Amino acid sequence: MAQPSPRSTGEAKPAGGTSDIITMSDVRFCWPGPHSFLMAIDEFVLPARQRVLLTGPSGAGKSTFLSLLCGIVAPLSGRLEVLGTDTATLSNAMRDHFRAEHFGIIFQMFNLLPYGSVIDNVLLPLSFARKRRERASQNGSVEEEAGRLLASLGLEAGDLYGMSTANLSVGQQQRVAAARALIGRPEIIVADEPTSSLDRNRQDAFLDLLFAEANAAGASVIMVSHEEALGCHFDRVLRLDDVAVTTRSTAV
Amino acid sequence: MIVPRLALQSLRNRALTASLTVLAIAVSVMLLLGVEKVRTGARQSFANTISGTDLIVGARSGGIQLLLYSVFRIGNATNNITWKSLQDIAKQPDVAWIVPLSLGDSHRGFRVLGTTPDYFKHYKYRDGQPLTFADGKPFADLFGAVIGADVAETLGYKVGDPIIVAHGTGSISFVEHEDKPFRVSGILEKTGTPIDRTVHVSLEAIEAIHVDWKQGIPMPGETVSAEDVRAMSLKPKAVTAALIGLKSKIATFRLQRMINEYRQEPLSAIIPGLTLQELWQLVGTAETALSVVSAMVVATALLGMVTMILTTLNERRREMAILRSVGARPGTILGLLATEAGLLTLAGVVLGVVLLYAALAMVQPYVDRAYGLHLSINPPTYREWITLGAIVLAGFLAGLIPAARAYRLSLADGMMVRT
Repeated sequence: MAQPSPRSTGEAKPAGGTSDIITMSDVRFCWPGPHSFLMAIDEFVLPARQRVLLTGPSGAGKSTFLSLLCGIVAPLSGRLEVLGTDTATLSNAMRDHFRAEHFGIIFQMFNLLPYGSVIDNVLLPLSFARKRRERASQNGSVEEEAGRLLASLGLEAGDLYGMSTANLSVGQQQRVAAARALIGRPEIIVADEPTSSLDRNRQDAFLDLLFAEANAAGASVIMVSHEEALGCHFDRVLRLDDVAVTTRSTAV
Repeated sequence: MIVPRLALQSLRNRALTASLTVLAIAVSVMLLLGVEKVRTGARQSFANTISGTDLIVGARSGGIQLLLYSVFRIGNATNNITWKSLQDIAKQPDVAWIVPLSLGDSHRGFRVLGTTPDYFKHYKYRDGQPLTFADGKPFADLFGAVIGADVAETLGYKVGDPIIVAHGTGSISFVEHEDKPFRVSGILEKTGTPIDRTVHVSLEAIEAIHVDWKQGIPMPGETVSAEDVRAMSLKPKAVTAALIGLKSKIATFRLQRMINEYRQEPLSAIIPGLTLQELWQLVGTAETALSVVSAMVVATALLGMVTMILTTLNERRREMAILRSVGARPGTILGLLATEAGLLTLAGVVLGVVLLYAALAMVQPYVDRAYGLHLSINPPTYREWITLGAIVLAGFLAGLIPAARAYRLSLADGMMVRT
């Protein structure tokens, strides 16, 4: 894997201050293909340690917004600064590496690789992120850190860790996914409807545990959901319509 | 090392389809190498059968046919050479030795060859090796027989055992020379040539068992006993072919021309090595066709693998999206899939080679006995290593097709699987 230049990750500002960790301005993006839409984000700011909920109906472009934020796709134009680095100017390989080091991502469903144990799934990001691996092994082995995270997220049973993820309940899978996002203390946790398959009580419990760990690690959380009722858990609730304007486009 | 391990686990998750794919590749590789082994084995066997003979004389016919029936005991002679013509040729100053051959009878499926004791002195195989006796000695008595190693092994014969020769060359014969039994006088060492499957008797014995026969059938009421026949003149009137050794190789073409232009009788003389080359040219096209077919089978197996990976690709898009989210580059995903294809092919090739050698070890004794084809169990040749390497490379490259698709999908999918 290509090593990023010092500029890309080395100068990334540490989380914990009060500065903004993500700023987007005049960002334009369009998926390739004839039936795509153009997304325009004039201004978006995520301050450090803040928990933001982004709401909007299905198909509004929530996942696209997160893909841009994490650098899975690059904007066509505009400025996208994460931890002081303009990720829009990074090469694809550097952006992938940047994401591995600074983002923990939780999906809506099917979060885990269906084969492989719980521990394998939690440790997966460390294969791509050296600094996160170093941080994860500060207080012992990475396996111990994974165990600690899983325990604090409510997965106590030790023999569960060696189990195949295919045998876990949906709620258990989401906790494993959360542990995977949190391991190595990335600065930003991104979650794409992580609670949509859980009932209300479990949603609250899951978010409480997630935020407790994120707080302890000093991470910011940005989550998208169509459920505005979850807003009570967050510092700020934004409607995607207010952040990003999407228009149907035939442009590529 | 989590990613390679996960890739292996992913493969294990699809163990059934993956192992079927590996098996298909293995069988195709086995076929490809097997054809090559049989080809080189056949060539080697043929080339090793005769050595030190400068010319073979027979009735006028195709050179390849003469070579096949006189040396390899394949097919039958079209006609005989008269004893007088043979004596004429023997008198030529260039001729060092001449060994007549008389074919047409058999013993329980093994050909009977009438010849002179000189045969055991002059016949050479595999780089000039002479025939040696495992037991006994050449026939001294009229009804003595020298048997090849396979004859002795298959029929369990020892020196001194009786043999009834049958008329004709089929494995089951209804007309036998049971009134004139032979006795085994010697058993030859194994040579890996058709000699192992031949019963050698004297020319006089061939005459003797046919003395009361006319036009291929015994004459009723004219039986001559084995004892009486010893008193008769048994000089052969004709033989099937003859092997000739020359005093000097330089005379080969001169004598060949002389025989081919012999006025008293239409004869052919062939140089064994050159005729063998003609034979290879003849069968070369068939060999190429076989190789092409087996290469196509390998290509089909690789195509099957590509199809297998492509069909599982859709259900694996989640897996790729997850890998992308934790920082895997699209190139890593491309590499993972291409490596998977390469590994599957490698496993197929290894299994194919193992299966081939297992099959060779199993069928070798049978093929040797039934067809006289000695399939040598050697490690793969340089050429075969190259072929195997090329197959693995082809598998890896074929894997780039689904890998490139996965690459494009993972770029287009981003955070979610877009359908």
